[in-house]
Amino acid sequence: MKIYLKIWRQDSLATAGEMVVYQLDEVSSDMSFLEMLDLLNESLIQKSERVIEFDHDCREGICGQCGVMINGRAHGPLAHTTTCQLHMRSFKDGDTIHIEPFRAAAFPVVRDLKINRHSLDKIIQSGGFISASSGEAPEANGLLISHPVAEAAFDAGSCIGCGACVATCKNSSADLFTSAKITQFALLPQGNIERTERVLAMVDQMDAEGFGHCTNTEACEVECPQEISVLHIARMNYEYSKALLLKRN
Amino acid sequence: MLDSKIPDGPLADKWDNYKEHVKLVNPGNRKKLDVIVVGTGLAGASCAASLAELGYNVKSFCFQDSPRRAHSVAAQGGVNAAKNYKNDGDSVFRMFSDTIKGGDFRSREANVYRLAECSANLIDQAVAQGVPFAREYGGYLNNRSFGGVQVSRTFYARGQTGQQLLLGAYQALMRQVGSGKVKAYTRHEMLELVVIDGKAKGIITRDLVTGEIERHAANAVVLGTGGYGKVYYLSTLAMGCNSSAIWRAHKKGAYMSGVSWIQFHPTCLPQSGEHQSKLTLMSESLRNDGRIWVPLKPHDDRKAIDIPEAERDYYLERRYPTFGNLAPRDIASRAAKERIDAGCGVGVMKNAVFLDFSKAIKEQGQEKIKEKYSNLFKIYDKINAVNAYEEPMLISPAAHFTMGGLWVDYELMTTIPGLFALGEANFADHGANRLGANSLLQASVDGYFIAPYSIPNYLAGELKAEKITTDHPAFAEAEKTVREQLRNFLTINGRLSADHFHKKLGQLLYNGCGLARSKESLTKTIAEITALRTQFYQDLKITGDEKVNSELEKAGRVADYFDLGLLMCDDALSREESCGAHFREEYQTPDGEALRNDKDYCYVSAWEWKGELEPHELHKEPLVFENVSLTVRSYK
Amino acid sequence: MAGTGLFLCFFLVIHLLGNLQLLLPAAEAKEQFNWYSHLLAGNLFIKIVSWVLLLSIIAHAVYALIITRKSNKANGTKYAYDKRGASSTWNSRNMGLLGTVILVFLVIHLKDFWYVSDFTTMNLDKQGNKDMYSVVVLTFHEWWYVLIYEISFIALGFHLLHGFFSAARTLGIYHPKYVNLVRYTGWVYTAFITGGFMLIPIYLYFNN
Repeated sequence: MKIYLKIWRQDSLATAGEMVVYQLDEVSSDMSFLEMLDLLNESLIQKSERVIEFDHDCREGICGQCGVMINGRAHGPLAHTTTCQLHMRSFKDGDTIHIEPFRAAAFPVVRDLKINRHSLDKIIQSGGFISASSGEAPEANGLLISHPVAEAAFDAGSCIGCGACVATCKNSSADLFTSAKITQFALLPQGNIERTERVLAMVDQMDAEGFGHCTNTEACEVECPQEISVLHIARMNYEYSKALLLKRN
Repeated sequence: MLDSKIPDGPLADKWDNYKEHVKLVNPGNRKKLDVIVVGTGLAGASCAASLAELGYNVKSFCFQDSPRRAHSVAAQGGVNAAKNYKNDGDSVFRMFSDTIKGGDFRSREANVYRLAECSANLIDQAVAQGVPFAREYGGYLNNRSFGGVQVSRTFYARGQTGQQLLLGAYQALMRQVGSGKVKAYTRHEMLELVVIDGKAKGIITRDLVTGEIERHAANAVVLGTGGYGKVYYLSTLAMGCNSSAIWRAHKKGAYMSGVSWIQFHPTCLPQSGEHQSKLTLMSESLRNDGRIWVPLKPHDDRKAIDIPEAERDYYLERRYPTFGNLAPRDIASRAAKERIDAGCGVGVMKNAVFLDFSKAIKEQGQEKIKEKYSNLFKIYDKINAVNAYEEPMLISPAAHFTMGGLWVDYELMTTIPGLFALGEANFADHGANRLGANSLLQASVDGYFIAPYSIPNYLAGELKAEKITTDHPAFAEAEKTVREQLRNFLTINGRLSADHFHKKLGQLLYNGCGLARSKESLTKTIAEITALRTQFYQDLKITGDEKVNSELEKAGRVADYFDLGLLMCDDALSREESCGAHFREEYQTPDGEALRNDKDYCYVSAWEWKGELEPHELHKEPLVFENVSLTVRSYK
Repeated sequence: MAGTGLFLCFFLVIHLLGNLQLLLPAAEAKEQFNWYSHLLAGNLFIKIVSWVLLLSIIAHAVYALIITRKSNKANGTKYAYDKRGASSTWNSRNMGLLGTVILVFLVIHLKDFWYVSDFTTMNLDKQGNKDMYSVVVLTFHEWWYVLIYEISFIALGFHLLHGFFSAARTLGIYHPKYVNLVRYTGWVYTAFITGGFMLIPIYLYFNN
């Protein structure tokens, strides 16, 4: 099928970007979306042009590296689907597809569709862990965790860190990302000891990274490839308020 | 002579003996020692975090935009541990012997035993980190069984065990980054190893954003850079997975072992067209309920549903009545290839076999099947737009895991002192075939439990050594090599993209050095790769500049794949036997099973680089089996 | 946001309950409503509450401005092609717009009634209370005035629908068990408040 593309091209953060029009005449509907971009890049190389830079790695929906705005939506038209899992059969012959990077002040553009998501790493650095150094762990079955709690912790912990939640949020809030980690550890007994410090540090870091304020539009849950629930955000708010009250000094 | 440095004593005491006599570094001195860790998968991240916890200065490198994206994240099934929670007769020794046998007796006893020994600690460690493993209703950890063993020793977190374990290691790493003990360099690719006076002393990297070529010096270098299955282009690996780090270390003197031992996973989604970039893995667990078949007659174009029962060939059940559809990976993959080659393949490209759930659905009901595999059926539907509850899945073998890698001794040190290789990047524990759920284990055990002993043992000797800075001429020289290669790629100005060559190379290797090989196919493939390699250096076309340039990144990786591909063929050619994933067509039993030759080939091959297009030199590390007897693997 | 919002939500209930007196038969309503107005006007406690109310409205609006600014800053470059609206409800994305409509309405509303009752000389009814009832009835004599009120109440309804449930989230009600409870309560509350307020002007317009 024939596909028209309008793709964001930007040399670097310091330069201005613009949408550039391309055309592909022989796109197979079995192609994945990223394979369609491979095809476009191959044609650009033949024309001696610089290829379109885009992030991708595992191409099976788990590494979280891919992610662009496709026709104005994070990861494209399907809910709960990463860009790499999207296939061209979701488009029609003759369609025009707009492709832009995930945008947020905390996700500066590297080049074209590639962005920098260090801000998410910084949030984890501030407290998204359980302090258990190698070798000091007690016997695993010494700590019983009920099936539903383990499953709920898994649900929260399955975040792939793609940043679609931020990209689709009108406020560019990272609440879903941050709260999922906070919930995972708040649910587990191992995470209980650092619970207060964790939520305070992570929320503060999230603000420091320049993410916006959550207004509960719930768009993030719709676009989240892992279907992470917005209720974690409420849980984070609860944990945060409680931590503020319990905080010493 | 290769010294594997296996500690003395009975098998079960070796690791304890080693730990008790290992050299230590005073806590006050640790901050004077720098370690570079390349790769942030399970092996790299766990090693970097563990060393930083001990007090060493660590620099961590990855080419991805965040350490959390390393391909360990994609492992689905689980991680093995000899906890014997199920009371079903598991033990460290049982796990050791299963792994040795699964690897077709081509791995070191001491290493494998240590792997089994440390497996229990890993589960403890992961749980302490908050990894949400599956639990039973009483709150105890749950297990499932996996191919090739008779006990339930696989711990899992739904179909995302790799992700959860990796996040545990990533978070441990982030904790150290936050405390300033680790400096993380993301979007950095290692392009050269710096060796000074025979010891690894640093690396040259390229900043994939600014294009800057940087020098990093350290007292030891650790490579946890994963496997090279992507050499086939089509594989279950991530697009960025590459062999460049280990290959460039190899060119600086580190030997490569078991290079041609590559596992093809039997349950992957088949290639559906020329455009395809990736073969998605579907968990092996599907074979518990799915039946694998092809049409009895070749070139049968009917839809699966129209082929009557009598005209179907359930070839695994036919050939291996005992194990049936649960035959080990290498065997299941080879059997599929045999049928596909016979013209019985199905799908648009006639390159697949059916994985049929109709019987299981009829017997257990669709709800039960949904409960077990709904996420996999969903993935299948997402990729193929086919409802696998109604028609069979199409599956096909795909390159998956490389048992081969850098040769390492018991301390995980390569033949270059100060250079360590962890996880899939080394050859150590899986022999000629890896058992399911052992790869997450090996990567983690290497990083959490072995490296924190063996690397300090080396570093203790480094305290008095002269401190090397990046002003050393060896750094300048290594940097020059890197710059020249990059400039070369940018100036060839030919006609064809790096991907074009990569795909061609992959095809050559798949046909000549894939699931099955022969002297004839390997000799032919060597000639073809050599010719393609020549064309690569004349006809490559890289557009763009020296800053962010994914084409430039690919070019370097493909260049290394050419040399690696040649060594794979040499390795396969030199081993005139069939073992594990290495199936030489000349060496098989009358009914098509692998024929091992323990008399002549019971050794680990270790290849030494001798220069561009020069033949490698083969070194042999004999394998001695004192605790298991070499038997023929039979799954009939 | 949640705190001031919920306080205002609470006030709306009281306000509506008071106003429902306007639905009584005309004569009775006049007496009752004027007595009620007098009661409110003369009470120190109510005076304090009304100032708190005003401060709440200001705080609510100012805080809204602050987070909007923060969001604008967090957004960075605008999307060239934006269809993100497909993944959330319209009102949840336009609380600022709805709030502005409500704010403009409040100015009109306060001028019409609060200003009139507190700062102008008014006729007295038989009991000697200020005749607020007649002011109200007179106000809703014009169809276009009724229309302004009705539109504002629709905006208020959408604002409440998201606001109520969003406040619950912000306050940390996370248990799935309560999610639907909050959701239904929000609906019922919104329907009651919006329906009630919308009914009054229409009733007065057609009955006088």
